[in-house]
Amino acid sequence: MGQAAPQTFLDLPPARPEAIRIDGLRKSFGTIEVLRGVSLRACEGDVVAIIGGSGSGKSTLLRCINFLETPTSGRIVIGGEEIVLRPDGTPASRRQIEQARRRLGMVFQQFNLWTHKTILENLTEVPVHVLGVPRAEAVARAMALLARVGLAEKAEAYPAFLSGGQQQRAAIARALAIDPRAMLFDEPTSALDPELVGEVLNVIRDLAAEGRTMILVTHEMKFAREVASHVIYLHNGLIEEQGPPADLFGAPRSDRLKQFLKSVS
Amino acid sequence: MTGWLQPHRVVMMALALSLLLWSALSLRWDWLADYAPLMVEGIWNTIWILVVTSVLGMVLAIPLGLAQAAGPWYLAAPARAFCTVIRGTPLLLQLWLLYYGLGSLFPQFPWIRQSELWPILRQAWPYAVLALTLSFAGYEGEVMRGAFKGVPRGQLEAAKAMGMPRFTILRRIWLPQAVQRALPTLGGETVLQLKATPLVATITVLDIYAVSSRVRQDTFIVYEPLLLLAVVYMCITGLIVLGFRQLERRVPQRVA
Repeated sequence: MGQAAPQTFLDLPPARPEAIRIDGLRKSFGTIEVLRGVSLRACEGDVVAIIGGSGSGKSTLLRCINFLETPTSGRIVIGGEEIVLRPDGTPASRRQIEQARRRLGMVFQQFNLWTHKTILENLTEVPVHVLGVPRAEAVARAMALLARVGLAEKAEAYPAFLSGGQQQRAAIARALAIDPRAMLFDEPTSALDPELVGEVLNVIRDLAAEGRTMILVTHEMKFAREVASHVIYLHNGLIEEQGPPADLFGAPRSDRLKQFLKSVS
Repeated sequence: MTGWLQPHRVVMMALALSLLLWSALSLRWDWLADYAPLMVEGIWNTIWILVVTSVLGMVLAIPLGLAQAAGPWYLAAPARAFCTVIRGTPLLLQLWLLYYGLGSLFPQFPWIRQSELWPILRQAWPYAVLALTLSFAGYEGEVMRGAFKGVPRGQLEAAKAMGMPRFTILRRIWLPQAVQRALPTLGGETVLQLKATPLVATITVLDIYAVSSRVRQDTFIVYEPLLLLAVVYMCITGLIVLGFRQLERRVPQRVA
């Protein structure tokens, strides 16, 4: 508390409006402190890639942004609106959290499509039943999104009848269906067979190219280097090193990052 | 045509037909005409008691299951206690405790005896419906507990992550999937519930079983009413099984 943040880039004025900002985030599970004071920011159009070994806290960090995990302490600002937390870190207003979540589209490692609904219903569920979009409008938008991810002919299929890659592309379309300000990707290709990884990365690459704000937790180093505007290397719940991908992957400074990059390549 | 008309099926049908012919020709059915109206009433009573108690029981089972699967301890503990007591005691005992217990307790209160409800409360069927409903709720509460827990966490997280309010998640995602997972079990439990209904005959409700007993007492004909009773229960069971099969088909499953 009160100390100057060690990550100096955060003190620079943002080039564009901040979509997501996190200050001094801490998270403990019991006595184990998984995040030990992490700060990051994603301005509009940024693609922030978070890399790190298993247990480094990168998934927990992502899940704290939309409060799938409740942080122990820290400050979270979504689209300029600070989430009000009680002293114990729990959100003060469920409504505020729900509204903040609707500005963030999350894509999970395990896709998590709703298996009792068709792909089209998966896409229209939240727009129609939560956001109050007229059904015809929601369906038209969903069909356009499905066409974008190459799944127009699967609209009436149930998730169980799709391949992993197709399911993940549908899950990305579902996240886009609520028209989020930013996208959160939690290891989107880690559960896929190697030959299916490419089709999902292509979709994410397109989203990056059109200037979508994204935070991406990934093991695909080549991909991170290609699409990210900023890369964060997380180790033991702290940011060990961060910067533009060319610097981080081309000229890593810390020994841990050097070792990590060697072990994953 | 050749799809279902296979040799083994032809043989089975011939057997069934000859069995039917034999029972029609060599057994006594002269009582049928006299008791037909009573049997219709009995079948109707059996069916409505089954439907009403299964539906009401299911309505109770959902909160019972939810409380046990995800509720705070002060809701989970009573729900678990209820399911344990119901499942741990015979239905006949519950039925008699309610009928003879409440039935003799209520008349002691003048305000109950003078209430508008008394003409209903002095009959037997409310106690039959109550006992069968509570029993179904107890068993199905346990089934729903497992069904709620069996829905993958990730799907609920996906709903949460999209800003769905908690009750919407329950209504749109959690409950439909839990019920869908429980359907095969619920179908079987409903068949069991059907075969629990004859117990209501012990407290003077006139279901189809009570009618067959009446025929035996009046005419001393034993086997024919029982055979017919078996056929009636099998037909209702067939309808239940078909109905649940239709429900299960609504979401196509891929067997992994």
